Amino acid sequence: MTAMQIIFLIVAAVTLGGALMIATSRRMMHTVLWLVLTLMGVAVLFALLQANFFSVVQVLVYIGAIAILILFGVMLTRRSMVDAGESLVHKNWWVVAVVIALLFAAIVISIQPWGAAHTPLVELMEFKEPISDLGEALVDPAAYLIPFEVSSVLLLAVMVAAIYIAVDRKGGKS
Amino acid sequence: MPITYYLILSAILFVLGIAGMLIRRNAIVVFMSMEMMFNAANLLFVAYASYYQILTGQLFVFFVMTVAAAEVAIGLALIVAIYRNRKQIDVDDMSSLKG
Repeated sequence: MTAMQIIFLIVAAVTLGGALMIATSRRMMHTVLWLVLTLMGVAVLFALLQANFFSVVQVLVYIGAIAILILFGVMLTRRSMVDAGESLVHKNWWVVAVVIALLFAAIVISIQPWGAAHTPLVELMEFKEPISDLGEALVDPAAYLIPFEVSSVLLLAVMVAAIYIAVDRKGGKS
Repeated sequence: MPITYYLILSAILFVLGIAGMLIRRNAIVVFMSMEMMFNAANLLFVAYASYYQILTGQLFVFFVMTVAAAEVAIGLALIVAIYRNRKQIDVDDMSSLKG
């Protein structure tokens, strides 16, 4: 067992533990903190897969923006749900357990016969930094210029729409 | 290290996301579970990008992150609006459109 595998197993355990706690934690604020832990674990996994740029973007966008946005959402809807006791889970939770068990079995069975699955990935340090290729691909009309521009228009539309939906027209009584 | 490790981890993360999404009743936890599922998909994209030594997978991660950020912004705006009207965000009680 190499050092990479040990690091991977530790990070994977932390990530999955955080994910499990999101599904089961009783207090909303703790749930957000577990989400941050899970996202951080995924960022470390990105770094292990030589995706250094996306490791940083994961920390910036997911932890820095999305998790904080969700934290604000939790604080703004604070009084609504005391997640405790019976109200924590849906009453048909065993159906969910069966469904996810079947789904997981289907995924595992479907990747099992794939022959190439056991060849090792390229180790760290023998991979050049593809950040310039990434930037060029995003502004190359033959590559990903159109999706890039469309996603920027999407973000603008979403910003306008979010303000329009969330604005309080009655003058903040609640 | 074989890519199977990442495939299994991504599958477990995705399944846990589905579990949280179906089990929990608070709409914000449903959103967090959705983020987890996006992350599982991103992990798979990056793993395959590393496996094939090709950049396209990482570019898709970029677009998935954009759409995820848009989805969270709209979703939280909707949750805040619903909370303002109904004073709760229990997904089981959001059944006004039910016949």
